[in-house]
Amino acid sequence: MIEVKDIHKSFNGEEILKGITTSFERGKTNLIIGTSGSGKTVFLKCMLGLFTPEEGTISYDGTTYSDLTTQEQRDLREQMGMVFQGSALFDSMTVEENVMFPLMMFTKQKKEEMRERVHEVLDRVHLENANNKLPSEISGGMQKRVAIARAIVTRPKYLFCDEPNSGLDPRTAIVIDNLIKEITEENDITTVINTHDMNSVMEIGEKIVFLRKGHLEWEGDKTQIFKTDNEAVTDFVYSSNLFKKVRDAQLKGL
Amino acid sequence: MFYLDDIGRYFLMLKGVFSRMTKGSVIRNLIFKEIDDLIIGSLGITVFLAFFIGAVVAIQTALNLNNPLIPKQLIAFASRQSVILEFAPTFISVIMAGKVGSFITSSIGTMRVTEQIDALEVMGINSLNYLVFPKIIAMLMYPFVIAIAMFMGIFGGYVAGVYGGFVSNSEFINGLQEDFIPFHLVYAFIKTFIYSFLLATIPSFHGYYMKGGALGVGKASTSAFVWTTVVIVITNYILTQLLLSQ
Repeated sequence: MIEVKDIHKSFNGEEILKGITTSFERGKTNLIIGTSGSGKTVFLKCMLGLFTPEEGTISYDGTTYSDLTTQEQRDLREQMGMVFQGSALFDSMTVEENVMFPLMMFTKQKKEEMRERVHEVLDRVHLENANNKLPSEISGGMQKRVAIARAIVTRPKYLFCDEPNSGLDPRTAIVIDNLIKEITEENDITTVINTHDMNSVMEIGEKIVFLRKGHLEWEGDKTQIFKTDNEAVTDFVYSSNLFKKVRDAQLKGL
Repeated sequence: MFYLDDIGRYFLMLKGVFSRMTKGSVIRNLIFKEIDDLIIGSLGITVFLAFFIGAVVAIQTALNLNNPLIPKQLIAFASRQSVILEFAPTFISVIMAGKVGSFITSSIGTMRVTEQIDALEVMGINSLNYLVFPKIIAMLMYPFVIAIAMFMGIFGGYVAGVYGGFVSNSEFINGLQEDFIPFHLVYAFIKTFIYSFLLATIPSFHGYYMKGGALGVGKASTSAFVWTTVVIVITNYILTQLLLSQ
């Protein structure tokens, strides 16, 4: 479980996060949603330890990150997996080398053991035949799956995903969403996903946190989000024509 | 104040490079890869440039020797001195600031833009050590490149001088051996070692701290070349003053 208490973060005097307090439960897919510029990525990077908040605390299963020594923070970060928006695969390495990389850095396993684990996770993300390909030789959806495989290969306790289905076609986006949800449940990990995709909200939104201009505007689950009176949330949800038409049809009783 | 801030960040970067070392087996492979990219990949252009620079120095010297009292072997002497003292260590290093420097800046800068550096940091890896340290170690081989450049420069002078009909074979060989001061080689290699460190670290600094997207990578590569050249030229002046002036 990740607990966030009153975090503030500024860049060049401009406050991006203005006192966010929330929690993300283990074994659930937690979504952070909001329009561009609402502070989602900064919030995620604060939880990853890439940015240090000026105020507030972030606790991982009761351990407050800012109370840890540098070495302890590093140890904690080894328990985190991250899927970046652009996949962030190392372009000089093959798919297999990319996925094996965290194992090479942090374990003393033999090459064969590492290879076995890599094949296991690549099978899990349905990428059996891409081991020797470079990231530039595979599609965007496959790159995302390699990024997920790399993030889970060390069996992390916390998984963070920054817009994991951006730039993907709707069918592949659903595959990626479901894959993340399945992995979260199978491994009982705390997963936090940044997205502005309402399809993801519908598919996997077990807990949803809505950010607006650096504030936590609303939180709930995927059933509550369509019933809320919060104007900012309804504006965001029904900014999609498809959702607007569905709502109009519901109102008309069709 | 802006430059002071950058200089401060450069030294903080160096501190980061030499702390929290990456796993030995990983860094060893990276060093071999960097030697291939930065050193082996630079040999061709270095040999080509050094040969023709040496040749041109020999021809220029020969064409400017109008006084019959000045011995022809001065052509070889001038070629040797110019190549060993300045052309091989400094001129080649300025060219390497363009070739090696822009490669380093653009490769690290692209990793910044595509969040690969963030990925390293999230994994708990010291990205500065992982990215920059292997380059510094690989560039320790750079003096070998300069040694080859010295040989090729003098060989170019020999070919242009002897086969161009400006000087005889024996005069050139005698000229090469005339008033040879071994410390000049020591001076040239001290400079080369320092340049190799600058060539690895200044472009890395510009790549690592670059801002923006693809355009930012281009700007960072340009400023890396400019600043590496400026620092090499200033260092050359200081080292020459320190090591050669009486």
